[in-house]
Order: sequence, then C-alpha cells, then structure tokens
Amino acid sequence: MTPQDRELIARLCADRAGLAIDPDKAYILENRLGSVARREGFGSVHEFVAAVRDRDEERLIWAAVEAMSPAETAFFSEPRTLERVVGELLPELARRRGGGPLRLWAAACGAGQEVYSLAMALDESPPAGASIELFGSDLSEQRLEKAQAGLYSQFEVQRGLSAQRLVRHFEAAEDGFALCLRVRQTVRWRRVNLMDDPARLGQFDLVLCRNVLGYLAQDARARVLANLQRTLAPDGWLVLGENEAAPGLNKAPGRRGFYRKQPSTRAVA
Amino acid sequence: MVKESADRKLCLVVDDSRIVRKVARRILEDLKFDMAEAGEGAEALAWVRTVMPDVILLDWNMPVMDGLEFLRQLRREPGGERPKVIFCSAENDLDRIRQALTSGADEYIMKPFDGDIVASKLALVGVL
Repeated sequence: MTPQDRELIARLCADRAGLAIDPDKAYILENRLGSVARREGFGSVHEFVAAVRDRDEERLIWAAVEAMSPAETAFFSEPRTLERVVGELLPELARRRGGGPLRLWAAACGAGQEVYSLAMALDESPPAGASIELFGSDLSEQRLEKAQAGLYSQFEVQRGLSAQRLVRHFEAAEDGFALCLRVRQTVRWRRVNLMDDPARLGQFDLVLCRNVLGYLAQDARARVLANLQRTLAPDGWLVLGENEAAPGLNKAPGRRGFYRKQPSTRAVA
Repeated sequence: MVKESADRKLCLVVDDSRIVRKVARRILEDLKFDMAEAGEGAEALAWVRTVMPDVILLDWNMPVMDGLEFLRQLRREPGGERPKVIFCSAENDLDRIRQALTSGADEYIMKPFDGDIVASKLALVGVL
C-alpha cells in the first residue's frame, strides 16, 4: 500500500463510520484489507484500493470500511459486566416492566460472540417474569453472516468460552462447533451503522456497546453516544466497556461501564 | 526442576511431548507462572506429593498413567482437590470434553493452543 492508499482508506473510514484509523499503521491496514482484497479477486491490497478509488463503487468502499471496523472476537469478554447485566439489571428492569418484554441490543456484536454470550447467559438464568427480545447488529455484513450461521472454529470457541458452556450450548460441526438452534434463534439481526439515526430501531431497555467508542474519532464518539442515548427507554441502561466513559449520562456507582439515561433527556425520548 | 518464587503461582505441565511442554512453559512463564514438568501421570503424582501446584495443564493420552487416571488419583491426595486442572488434549470430541469435566477437570483446552487460549482458560479457572 502506498501512503496515498492508506490516507484514502483512513478518510473513507472516518467519513462513513466515524472510525479513527491511523494511516501510518501500515501493518494493520494491510492485515485487515488483505482478506477483503483476496475475496474480491484482487492480486494485492494496492490493486483493491486502486479499484476503490477509481470505480467509486459503494459496495467496494463499504467492504473496505467494514473490514477496518472493530469487532469483539472473544466470548464473555469482561465477564463481570455480563454477570451484572443478567443477575442485577435485567431482574430489576423486569420488575419495573411488570411482565412486559425487555428489548436488549448488542450494538456492535461482531461475528456474534458478544450477543451470543448474552444469549447463553440468559438461557442459563432467564430473568423471572420477563420475555426478552434480543437484537444483534454490526457494521459488517460479512460478520453478520457469520454470526447468523453460529459456526465457530476450535480456536474461536476457546477464547472466553468455558468448556462447561461449550458442551452445554454447542454441537460438533464439520469445521468446528455450531451454537445450538435454541440459543441462535433468540437473536434477531440487523446491519447498523452507529453513526446513522437509530429511530427505526425503536426503544431499548438495555444497549450493550462495549469497547467500540475507543476506535472512533472524537466527534464521531459524541454522535454515536447521542444516537445510543436516543434509543434508550427512559430508565434504560447503556453498558460500555469497563474502561469507557459516556459524558452526559449517569454513571452507576461501583459499576464500571454502566450508564443510565439522565432524567433531563427523558422528555426528549 | 521447579523454579519457585514467593508470590508466583505454580503450574505443573503434564505431557509426554517435550515440544508441547516447551511451548506451554514459554507461554506460562510469560504469564509469570513458576513451572514444573512431568512426562506422564505417575511422574506427575510424585510431583504433587512433594509440592501441590496451583494449576495443572494435563494431557489425556500418555504412557504409564494417562491423564484421566492421574486426575482420579490427584483428587484423592491430601490437598488434591485444590489445584485447578485444565485438560489439554488433541481430543476435540464434545463427549470426551464432557467426560473430562465430569471426572473433575475444571477446564479443557483443545490442541493446538496459543497464548491467548491458555490465558483465557487460566482466567476462567481464576488463577490469572
């Protein structure tokens, strides 16, 4: 890749998805774009980027942007957070809703590991008296396709997933392990660019968006946080990574990464 | 030889492959574990009767005494309920993994493994 190639990709990523890509980190760009270039039939990343530039084709542009977007690749990342969601937040929300459905959204679920971790935890400990609607979204169509298939390699199922959960929730498949249908069918999918107006998604009682904000440019981070807030029910929770902050939202004391919608924004919601 | 220091956890790697033991040692030393090695279950039993480790990385198929038999005998030893046992085997059949867990293993690694997998499993059993 030439410096001009890297500048172009970084600019497209910023414009389309708010991603902060450092064009000087050539190895990251080469690594992420290499598989896209091969998949699209190009002999090199440079040829692929030249096509992105010359053809001005939305499909190719998005293939590049999606490949550069962050994704969680481990199951049960920051496990204490998920334990709190399932053991504390959802039972409390279920009591408040009095039996009504709880709508949950994993906003950047990658190839499914994030949202399926929640789905498995809910299968093991469903909150009493609540029905759950669980949504998974990602910027990348490729990752969403993989997520919906629920097929994972031997390496993937050993990152964060306990052997107990592997034997409980997975079946042997030809090239790895398949998440059982019972868990898979609890999740509904949608491609979502977090920079876009989320009104079409409706309101959520809890939004998980962990370890994504750090990959965004500062102005994009503010816009994405505002978008996520707008999807929250008046007493809804936004759950970020343990080391992430959401200025303007109420931080839950003693719970890193947990934010509740501020009363002042309720009238707007 | 076991290298031990006061504040570090001790891991015993039990595997008849010198290469696997070498790879595991490199990963575990990077993770700040002290290390001991045994080539099969009977040798490992002799180790735990001298020093009970915090965690054991245990191969399944080995000469003299296999991993499952070692695990049964370990759990009968004084203090033998304490070490976390992570089976580490080329067997990737779910029924074999179930068998390991019901026999008293805490976790299971399917070979080949890398540093991320070992670190992930050590965290799951609470020693990292």
